Amino acid sequence: MARRYLPIAAFAGLIVAIQLATLFSGTAYYLTQLTMTAYYSLVIVGLCMLIGYAGQISLGHAGFFAIGGYVTAFLTTCNLNLHPGVIVSLLGKSGALVARPDAYGGSLLTVHPWLACAAAILLTVVIAYLVGGPVLKLKGHYLAMATLGFGIIVYRMVLGTEFLGAADGITDVPGFPLLPGVLITGNSSARVSNYYLAWGLVILGMVLLLNLIHSRVGRALAAVHGAEDAAGAMGIPTARYKLNTFVLSAVFAALAGVLLTHYNGGIGPSEASVMKSVRYVAIVAIGGMANLWGALSMSLVLNYLSLRGYFGTYDDAVFGLILILIMLFAPDGLLRRHLFSDLKRAISRNPVEEEAP
Amino acid sequence: MLGGMTAVTLNQFIPLPLAILAAVVITMIVGAIIEIVFIRWLHKPSVLRMVIITIGISILIRETALHIWGESVRALPYFTGSSVSSINLGGVYISSQILWVVGIGALVVAALTAFFNLTMLGRQMRACSANRDAARLCGINAGNMVTLSFMVSAAIGALGGCIICPITYVQYDSGTPLAIKGFTVAILGGLGNSTAAVGAGMILGILESFSIWVLPTAYKEAISIAILLAILFVKPSGIFGSAEAARLKEF
Repeated sequence: MARRYLPIAAFAGLIVAIQLATLFSGTAYYLTQLTMTAYYSLVIVGLCMLIGYAGQISLGHAGFFAIGGYVTAFLTTCNLNLHPGVIVSLLGKSGALVARPDAYGGSLLTVHPWLACAAAILLTVVIAYLVGGPVLKLKGHYLAMATLGFGIIVYRMVLGTEFLGAADGITDVPGFPLLPGVLITGNSSARVSNYYLAWGLVILGMVLLLNLIHSRVGRALAAVHGAEDAAGAMGIPTARYKLNTFVLSAVFAALAGVLLTHYNGGIGPSEASVMKSVRYVAIVAIGGMANLWGALSMSLVLNYLSLRGYFGTYDDAVFGLILILIMLFAPDGLLRRHLFSDLKRAISRNPVEEEAP
Repeated sequence: MLGGMTAVTLNQFIPLPLAILAAVVITMIVGAIIEIVFIRWLHKPSVLRMVIITIGISILIRETALHIWGESVRALPYFTGSSVSSINLGGVYISSQILWVVGIGALVVAALTAFFNLTMLGRQMRACSANRDAARLCGINAGNMVTLSFMVSAAIGALGGCIICPITYVQYDSGTPLAIKGFTVAILGGLGNSTAAVGAGMILGILESFSIWVLPTAYKEAISIAILLAILFVKPSGIFGSAEAARLKEF
């Protein structure tokens, strides 16, 4: 049992090592991108669970990310002083609202971030159940197109809706007071604490997912992935397991959307775009599909490089290319668990076929 | 998108009909190259794998177009008349370009139907679609058929881009929504049936255009995709397709 937690401890060590390295080399500003990377990683490990372990592809996860981000952004910036009513005063009495000064010195009454976060997650769960129910009955490319369609619908809605800021998105989102004294914000003074907070959440998510994989549910999902009909014949409620995994990964995406929105202080429609969804899938694919650690490490590297702008104007093209190469040469994903034994076998049998990109 | 952009660029040097012809041929060659480089040598690829590969390719083409042509919006000139001239058809004034679009669209559908039903090559292609192994046993080169179908669909796509872009304009990223819409229409009409696809395309276009009565214009795009989802949920074989034929294709 303890062996399962060794990689987690090693990963936590790596996170600390990166922070110390930036501290001693005087490059603490890298931590901002690394924190954003952490939130994207949260989406990716959730998606990895869905693609790799439940065997269902989703090209619409940026949609869930955006739902989370936009709900919290809207609720924490919408000035309720302008909309007095029974509900508002009830909420105010129960302490769910916070007042803060706005940029022009006036007062701003908004929903508390915790309540906004809860609303975002709740909405995501409802939407994921509503969409996932019929969508997961489809298979193969129909499933891919349906989830892609869902992502585009969300993108078009946020782009075309006036109160969600249309093409400008929502800005001036306040920080998220997670615990007393701990605020999720992009302020450079809180950089280190936010860095640890974000990666701590990722590790928490990893522990949750790893435990899930090694539980009854995880084994059932492995059976569904391997042979769905056989799993059904063994008495596994395949539809329910697939749907629940879909909802779980959607919640991961929405939570990441909520937190990153508070961290960045805003969200724009590009977060909902198809390219983001494709990027998440590409990272899961290069991480080895059913390999949470592979997906996490690839997410750390690629998201960081992308956010630092190393790919320049070829940013989207890089992820498109990754997706093509993986699908051409290693459709089961690159960093899969049996990679080394596969390579050995390929080399001993036929050296020409060894073509990992 | 590629066809429209190429035609716009070529039209600066050569007259319009030649530019369109050249753009269609170039896009056709690009289609063939894509098939040969990315798809052909794969051993029995699943459809899902091909879909993901083609999504990746479409991203690459889009990014390449962005680097070649930049972000500016372009358009071909109207084939006849100009953007303000119109033709009186029994009291209804419509732009001459619309007639070109409808006319060429009808021609293409007629040509495709004739190709699939009357020529040997078309029948071979249908045989491959129905049962690849059996077609190969009959001596049909299935690989060439796939390349050919890529070329034909690329050429039709390019032609479509050329004739519509005087009205809708063309930009580096105008391809993706069209691809989704094309898929919607193909599903709606039942795959592999070009006459039904035209009917489905008209239904979709009318629904989309009238939806702006009740919903904001910005949601127009979302409407067609919502229709796609509804069709996939309710009747994946399409409204004109038969459920029996659909069962033969893998979902």
